[in-house]
Amino acid sequence: MNKVILVKNGELALKGLNRSTFEDILVKNIKRRLKSFGMFEYTKAQSTIIIKPTGESTDFEGACEAVSKVFGIAAFSVAATCEKDFEEIKKTTLDFLSDDLKAVKTFKVCAKRSDKKFPLKSPEICREVGGHILKNLPFLKVDVHNPDLTVTVEVRDKNVFIHGNQLKGAGGMPVGTSGRAALLISGGIDSPVAGYMMAKRGLVLDAIHFAAPPYTSKRAEMKVRSLASIVSKYSGRINFMIVPFTEIQECIKDNCPEELFTVIMRRMMMRVAVRLAEKQGCKALITGESLGQVASQTLDAIACTQAAATIPVFRPLIGMDKEEIITVARKIDTFETSLLPYEDCCTVFTPRHPRTRPTVALIEEAEGLYDFEPLIEKAVSETSFEWVD
Amino acid sequence: MEAYLDNSATTFVCNEAADEMLNAVKNLWGNPSSLHQKGLDAEIYLEKARAAVAKKIGASKDEIVFTSGGTQSNNIAVFGACNALKKRGNKIITTSVEHPSVSKAFDRLEAEGFQVIRLETDRFGLISLSQLEKELDSNTVFVSIMAVNNELGTIEPIEEAGKLIRQKSSAVFHVDAVQAFGKLSLNVSKIGCDLLSVSSHKIHGPKGAGALFVKKQTKLVSSVVGGGQERDIRPGTEPMPAIAGFFGAVNALETEKSLEKVRKLRDEFVSSLEEIDGVVINSGKNALPYIVNLSLPGYPSEAVLNFLSDNEVYVSSGSACAKGHKSPVLTAAGLDSALINSSLRVSLSRYSEKEELDLFINSIKAAMKIIRKK
Repeated sequence: MNKVILVKNGELALKGLNRSTFEDILVKNIKRRLKSFGMFEYTKAQSTIIIKPTGESTDFEGACEAVSKVFGIAAFSVAATCEKDFEEIKKTTLDFLSDDLKAVKTFKVCAKRSDKKFPLKSPEICREVGGHILKNLPFLKVDVHNPDLTVTVEVRDKNVFIHGNQLKGAGGMPVGTSGRAALLISGGIDSPVAGYMMAKRGLVLDAIHFAAPPYTSKRAEMKVRSLASIVSKYSGRINFMIVPFTEIQECIKDNCPEELFTVIMRRMMMRVAVRLAEKQGCKALITGESLGQVASQTLDAIACTQAAATIPVFRPLIGMDKEEIITVARKIDTFETSLLPYEDCCTVFTPRHPRTRPTVALIEEAEGLYDFEPLIEKAVSETSFEWVD
Repeated sequence: MEAYLDNSATTFVCNEAADEMLNAVKNLWGNPSSLHQKGLDAEIYLEKARAAVAKKIGASKDEIVFTSGGTQSNNIAVFGACNALKKRGNKIITTSVEHPSVSKAFDRLEAEGFQVIRLETDRFGLISLSQLEKELDSNTVFVSIMAVNNELGTIEPIEEAGKLIRQKSSAVFHVDAVQAFGKLSLNVSKIGCDLLSVSSHKIHGPKGAGALFVKKQTKLVSSVVGGGQERDIRPGTEPMPAIAGFFGAVNALETEKSLEKVRKLRDEFVSSLEEIDGVVINSGKNALPYIVNLSLPGYPSEAVLNFLSDNEVYVSSGSACAKGHKSPVLTAAGLDSALINSSLRVSLSRYSEKEELDLFINSIKAAMKIIRKK
């Protein structure tokens, strides 16, 4: 039996004239993601992308799993294909769906006939296929309003597709249709989730990690790299940057008031990140901040951090509770990796009593105590780059 | 130059062990349970290895069960004995500073309904015999006390504990001797224990081998079933290369001579450390000379450890099995959090050299200049 994946675009249908560009990007993204699962042929037809395995050794199950993680797909189904012969259709339906049908109590058949030359009309197809199922699996009942399983028979120009209930896709918009942004990734629970959420809105991700050796270790870097790699299963490959941040942190520690340390550090991160983002063609930054979660994420502290950034900073978690964030982290499988206990640069010099309501004027005065500009430039120029996927 | 000073985590494989391993890989690949000559060759060798381990701890050959290492020895001892004893009583005693392979086993037994007593310790991790004496009663069926603490090097009074246990109860006595084996002379009849765990890779043998001393008549309920190897206590075809390496490492031991060498090194090392401002020694004066635990209050262990590692000086913070978690041993011993957060464990072997310790000292001096205090 020949099987295919039928992909239904989500919001794409709404995008008017841009639709075909969006669709092209989606197909490109799917292609790239399925490369390691074998050879496939892609056909676009009536807001559906048909993915057909062509090689001998394709991993079809693996491909389905990978498709479920591609943004821009509202739903997809795994379908059996057969010739446009009615006996063939009945036989394939039963062969392909008998396991699914045996697991439910009620079903209905839904037929879509885009090939109007096909001798049977849609209601007749439903009746015939339904009758065939009932004859072979007599314990089933038909329920046209609320069936456990909908058997869909699509008669298209070249083939017939038969499938059961649709599977939910990852939703969102195809990565690349919204542009490119840089994620500040620390190794905690929040930032990978923030990256995932913005990739879902169609952004290509770069990731910027601040490392502070020897305060932070190589293992901490490896942990962040594996988090980026998990996010890349959704976003596609990530340009992963590591910024040597020790000198800046030590200078803040040596020269600025302790209670302002974290906010100043975050402003320095913004400055470095903005420059890196601009170099890479990223038009925004993404952080995992959530309002009030820690002292540096109060409204006043965020205002100070924001003031140091000259491009938009997206904070998709801003209104989420920790529990809600953890739920997403578990769903996308970053949670356990995030829990590995390594020091990260944000906690290296945590002040005992951080200022929760700093003002920009106060911070600027404190930053004026030292000329950070050469250090910022140095950090930017010594940043390393690698691809993570 | 590099200084490997993390020998309580693991040791390199010494030549004697490596030679035996190569021989076993090439020539002793027969299954010791097979009836033919190939099997017999392996079995004869296996029994020689068993006798060597037995001799080192004053046991007889048929009281030694080969295991995969310290963790498996401890698990078999604690679970095996307690499950065999639960009809006789349900009180079991251990200390609050055991290795996780003992302490977590007790946690699980507690959840299953055993009454668990965890002996408190002083600031050096030393248990009090009077507390042990008070807790021992006719309902006590099992006691497990480590011979040497893995983080502080504290030598627990296991012989005295053994005496008390025999006087006050009929409990089965287990000793986790993983950090003591090959470093202190051990004699199971002097200790008066029924079970004793040792490991190969802490004494310059390979990973994957260890042994459990099981005194005659001691009943263990095994949770693994198989072909009857190792008296069905650890069934499964014996890993000959690992056991051969263990055998080679045991043969190379010169416990007393090495102890003297390491004691001299340690004494000199500690007095140099005491001259450095801001260094606190956490290990007691009577600790096993192989382990020196120290703190640099204010300097986070992880930062110092990373700095040292970049300078090819390898030590650990807390115990290596815990990968960065705050040490439960130091916490239980009641150390200040400033000391715990900045603690480092330097652990020596008989191969350690003064130059390595000098490099450590110079490197922590450099670290304290460069690293900012928290």
